[in-house]
Amino acid sequence: MQKVMMGNHALSWGAKLSRAEVIAAYPITPQTEVVELLSNMCADGSLKAEFIKVESEHSAMAASMGAAAAGARTFTATSSQGLALMHEVLHWATGARLPIVMGNINRAMAPPWSIWTEQTDSIAQRDTGWIQIYTSSIQEIMDSVIQAYKVAEQIYIPTMLVLDSFVLSHTNENCDIPDQDKVDAYLPRFENAYRLNTDKPAAFGGLTGPDWYYELRYKIERDIQKAIPLFTETGKEFGEMFGREYGLVETYKLDDADVVLVASASIASTARPVIDAMRKEGHKVGLVRIRVFRPFPSELLRKLLAGRKKVLVIDRNISFGMSGAFYAETKAALYNEKKAPPMWGYIAGLGGRDVPLNVIRDMIEQTIAEEHPEGDIVWIGVKR
Amino acid sequence: MSEEIKWESQSDMPLMAMSLGRMTVNKTGSWRNLRPVIDKEKCIKCGICWKFCPDVAISIDEEDYPVVNLDFCKGCGICATECPKDAIEMVKEE
Repeated sequence: MQKVMMGNHALSWGAKLSRAEVIAAYPITPQTEVVELLSNMCADGSLKAEFIKVESEHSAMAASMGAAAAGARTFTATSSQGLALMHEVLHWATGARLPIVMGNINRAMAPPWSIWTEQTDSIAQRDTGWIQIYTSSIQEIMDSVIQAYKVAEQIYIPTMLVLDSFVLSHTNENCDIPDQDKVDAYLPRFENAYRLNTDKPAAFGGLTGPDWYYELRYKIERDIQKAIPLFTETGKEFGEMFGREYGLVETYKLDDADVVLVASASIASTARPVIDAMRKEGHKVGLVRIRVFRPFPSELLRKLLAGRKKVLVIDRNISFGMSGAFYAETKAALYNEKKAPPMWGYIAGLGGRDVPLNVIRDMIEQTIAEEHPEGDIVWIGVKR
Repeated sequence: MSEEIKWESQSDMPLMAMSLGRMTVNKTGSWRNLRPVIDKEKCIKCGICWKFCPDVAISIDEEDYPVVNLDFCKGCGICATECPKDAIEMVKEE
């Protein structure tokens, strides 16, 4: 079925198609419509799920954890300050190995108050052990919810789906809603091997000394790394069943590119026509869009970027005192490569500042013009 | 019930800290600095100490007197504070 819908509703539809059994969420701009539609779906019976109204995002995640521990497929969504309020419990969800799927609408952190897009909220949660997927179209948002459950439930790692505030959350696009039967075949019912079970009582998350805590952390890292092949496999299977394939990264005109732009989310979509235009003028430029940020696709990026003349990374986020996160991590992944290219790190679009075609073009042209990058941050268009 | 689970390597463990010892085998009484001692002369068998014990470490014997399970009592002293007859004294563990 074809339907025009906003990015937020694509999240709701993804949860419905995945047959989420419990939804616990607290509304926050610009996420509200995700929860509104899910609440409607629960009320009219089109989604057979328990909808838990909570008093805060901390409680939303805590309730989601309880539901997931009981074995239910659980969904929630939040944004910005709400995600920050969840921080403590995000660690807990990973440590308890609960494959919750959550949508996060990227919104700049206050103060000053802002509701516009920036990735610093989700980047600040990168060390909580959640898988992070950065989406770039409305269709991809819906499809990624379904894929996220398929990956998360195989390795018992929670997954965060990230989308730009307004640019994706409130933009309407035509969406192909897959048949429920096909989604059911792709994503069977989840049987949690470690769920709460009164026939087999156990203590969960109890005090663990230095003799075994280390091993539990080892297992989280070992299992989140399994998501690297799983995203490729499940993305391919999704492509065979639904005609849309998804991987760890998406490349565009990369084969013979000397200068490669690395970007994520909607900025990567805007970059495509810029690449087309510059190609016509004879510049060999290409694009890598990082879709899965955790686990970071280091090995794949080494394969795609080593040996290029120049690489530039655009970050719509900033780790104060260092650089943009995608830049820092891409550079770190390439550090031991003999043919590591020089890398420019541009900070752009903070607080929802537009990153239009000409700004992306400026960044690529500056990279081409300069011999070597100076420093770890290049600001673009600061009103000085 | 449950027995103690012995592990040799990470592959023996579940993914999360689960049953690292059920509470029946994971005895926590060793944390205690003060031990509650019940004076049966003063005790009126009201059961308030049993009700308030946060570790469910107090049971009631056949004569309806409270009995402290020292395998799990952490010595918090809530029972002594709540006792309406001051029949519970917290004595320093040696």
